[in-house]
Amino acid sequence: MSRFRIGFLPLVDAALPIIAHEYGLADKQGVSIELHRDTSWATVRDRLIYGQTDAAHLPAPLAIATSLGLDRPAVPLAAPFMLGLNGNAIAVSTRIAAMMHLDSIGDVAATGRVLAGVAQAEAEKGRKLRLAVVHRYSSHNYMLRYWLAASGCAPDRDVEIVVVPPPFIADALAMGEIDGSCVGEPWNSLAVMRGDAVIAAATSQIWNRGVEKLLAFRAPAIDERRSAIEALLRALHEAGKIASDPACAAEVAAMLGRPEYIGQPAELIARALGNLLILRGAEAPTPIEDFLMLHREAANFPWKSQAMWLYSQMIRWNHAPAGQRGFDEAAAVFRPDIYRSALAGIGAILPGASAKVEGAISSPLGAGSHSGRLIMGPDRFFDGQLFDPDRAQDYVASQAE
Amino acid sequence: MIEEGLREAGFSDIHVLLERRGLVAKLHSLSPDVVLINLENPGRDVLEESFALSRALARPIAMFVDQSDERSIAEAVDAGISAYVVDGLKKERIKPILELAVRRFSAFSRLRTELDEAKSELADRKLIDRAKMLLMRRRKLDEPAAYALLRKQAMDSGRRIADIAEALITADTLLGGQE
Repeated sequence: MSRFRIGFLPLVDAALPIIAHEYGLADKQGVSIELHRDTSWATVRDRLIYGQTDAAHLPAPLAIATSLGLDRPAVPLAAPFMLGLNGNAIAVSTRIAAMMHLDSIGDVAATGRVLAGVAQAEAEKGRKLRLAVVHRYSSHNYMLRYWLAASGCAPDRDVEIVVVPPPFIADALAMGEIDGSCVGEPWNSLAVMRGDAVIAAATSQIWNRGVEKLLAFRAPAIDERRSAIEALLRALHEAGKIASDPACAAEVAAMLGRPEYIGQPAELIARALGNLLILRGAEAPTPIEDFLMLHREAANFPWKSQAMWLYSQMIRWNHAPAGQRGFDEAAAVFRPDIYRSALAGIGAILPGASAKVEGAISSPLGAGSHSGRLIMGPDRFFDGQLFDPDRAQDYVASQAE
Repeated sequence: MIEEGLREAGFSDIHVLLERRGLVAKLHSLSPDVVLINLENPGRDVLEESFALSRALARPIAMFVDQSDERSIAEAVDAGISAYVVDGLKKERIKPILELAVRRFSAFSRLRTELDEAKSELADRKLIDRAKMLLMRRRKLDEPAAYALLRKQAMDSGRRIADIAEALITADTLLGGQE
């Protein structure tokens, strides 16, 4: 049996490989999974590129940065399968929440403006807000920066953005090391449960269909182990059905909560799977539309336009050089061709296109697919901007200060 | 164990940092010649961010990994900037590894500096081209004359031609030119 050692961080969006292993779905496809948990993204990435693992749960921008060789020699990675869309939240310390008079999470644009005001006031007093993201090259970083910038707060000037690995975020909020954070679950809810933070926004409000984690392989493995990788992707696709089935939620949450996986209370994980968040203290859970999408709407399909949007933000924040070549290289990391080939003939939705205009859908819309019926839900950015991958350079120019 | 190995290898100025908090600040104040870190250390993301933000503060890193085979060591050497992977904690191997880490770091830094210089040269040339166009249009000069004017101004004021070009473009924009 072909074995895949898969690296992951303890997060709810590591669910699919864990479910594929625990529910015997990998076995059914003739592959086996061995999971390897770490505490920081640099470690997960390095185990993959040094050959200690065969695949890794990674933030999409980190896979792109690794392939393009930003800050280090390039190691080409390939991403034929996304592990979900959305799933992160922005929490602030109770002190900042009080200054923001946060009472609801409904209007993310209004919340952004209030946060920008507080950040400004604190910066003038010489106490710039310290906001944590989980890695320099993370969707968390780009989504937070996008929201701040569109709310009138310059991320590199008005606040300080620092890096804290997900398992340390709740402690960092508790100790006053940071004033806020953007991280996946259950780490926001843990800080809320302990009374150290209030959830101010979910990233699904900033971008309704935000690109998030992917399953990365070393690029040569795609050819060397093609049929085994395709079998693994089929197992992950089946795992998605279980992850998004409300009837399985309690059982899945209990399993993910075990010490060898996330190691946190199952109730926190169950809420994330059910698109619910407790925003503060002992409040009742608030439904958050599309908070975490692990399966439906072909959420696992690697759209090249998602990679290109991320690259546009890397240029925007001086993380990567401008120019079409970088866009092309970023898009090449995403492998929709492998996704289609792996999931053909098993009733999965196979989108016909490999790229789309991001942010263009405001109400559910049928989209072209080779098989299956694909209804795309709203994918808007909160400020109404569109990202057209054919005009990526114009988008970058429009965002330049 | 590592510390002992380092002392035996003749290194004396060794600082062991155990706290995740304040790691970057401590590193900045110590300004070490080389950082040794375990692959699994949770501070690594923070270090990467810090070194990416300020190349002046970046330091060579040697990385320790347990239970690695020869193949993954070879891959790590190919993949790393300055990272090197050690199988276990063999004391006699520490010194050559640290030296290699420093050499690889210097090589990568040099490569990047050259790349940056090439990029800024390109940016300079673009500025000079725009300033020339401006002079050609506003002063009805031909290209050699426009360039000569920029060069003369630069020589007279002891500044770079690209700086003069930039100042000219800025001034024209402020004065409402159709640049």
